[in-house]
Amino acid sequence: MSVSFAQAELAVEQGVDPSIAPSIAGARDYLELMKPRVMSLVVFTALVGLVLAPGHVHPVIGLTALICIAVGAGASGALNMWYDADIDARMLRTAARPIPAGKLRPGEALAFGLILAGFSIVVLGLLVNVVAAALLAVTIAFYVVVYTMWLKRATPQNIVIGGAAGALPPIIGWASVTGGVSLEPLVLFLIIFMWTPPHFWALALYRKDDYARAGVPMLPVVAGDRATRRQILLYTLVLAPLGLAPWLMGYAGASYGIAAALGGGAMIALALRILAEKEGFKASKQMFAFSILYLFVLFAVLLAERMSGGLFGHFAA
Amino acid sequence: MTMSNLMNESDQTPARTPKTEAGIRLTDAQLRARRSRSLAIGIALGLLALLFYIVTLVKGPGVLERPL
Repeated sequence: MSVSFAQAELAVEQGVDPSIAPSIAGARDYLELMKPRVMSLVVFTALVGLVLAPGHVHPVIGLTALICIAVGAGASGALNMWYDADIDARMLRTAARPIPAGKLRPGEALAFGLILAGFSIVVLGLLVNVVAAALLAVTIAFYVVVYTMWLKRATPQNIVIGGAAGALPPIIGWASVTGGVSLEPLVLFLIIFMWTPPHFWALALYRKDDYARAGVPMLPVVAGDRATRRQILLYTLVLAPLGLAPWLMGYAGASYGIAAALGGGAMIALALRILAEKEGFKASKQMFAFSILYLFVLFAVLLAERMSGGLFGHFAA
Repeated sequence: MTMSNLMNESDQTPARTPKTEAGIRLTDAQLRARRSRSLAIGIALGLLALLFYIVTLVKGPGVLERPL
């Protein structure tokens, strides 16, 4: 188990083995380990899946499902930070995370992540349903084992395939109500899945040096800027019409259709600007920021439409 | 080696640092961190118990029925 210099120094002063010295990690450090911003996006997309699902669920059961999904996402974040501590320490964007900053030992993060993962899956299975719990277990395992431990360091397609983990929460939300999976949440899954590459490659374009220093084979590092810009456009050209699918399939209204058409058009325009950009990364930065807004607006409109149709009528008394 | 020899050897051991309270003395930062962790664990466990209690009330006799 590795420890930071500050922790080792303190342990020596206290006359104990640094690997078993008393921790200096507070509750806030553990909270940071759970990637709260990612958690909030996961909870939001899961909520949309839960609210869109046909049938009835008691608000307490719905809230329980969301808490378990949030904790499961936090567990994934903690396990990701445990495994990627070496990479995080070498990247400017992540060097201040609790483990590279020396606030938490890797073993503490591992134990925390495993406990949270176990609790979230078991509680979801006991209090909501087994299908939702199984899907949550698959999501955590996919993110930690397939993406973090394998793909991230092995292939420039890491975020393409790994994006499946981030796209699963609406399906878990849906399954929490219905106890199964159908086409509608799969379309939501596909929207997030196709959204992930343009979003992360836009970031990777202007953070390329950071990824290269850490040895992460992101597409701009391996294939260069030009190929990445082309790939961003290709994925965006698939994403924009896919964004319209909930409206075309009839489970989203006209306001969603308009938002998806306008947002998709803006995404394509930004992708074209990225392709045309010869110097600097202004368009990439705009794409990274706008893509978050795009996904948020799509799901928010879906949620608003269903709520205006009577959220409380959706829940059983 | 006889017992008396052993006792003599221990008598000849140079004096070490005076005995203080056993265990590690935590720094203020470690004490604060431990308190913060303990509080968070306590709150989390309390909320978990409350959640199980409320769900049991909501589900009533069907609390053990978990649809696949």
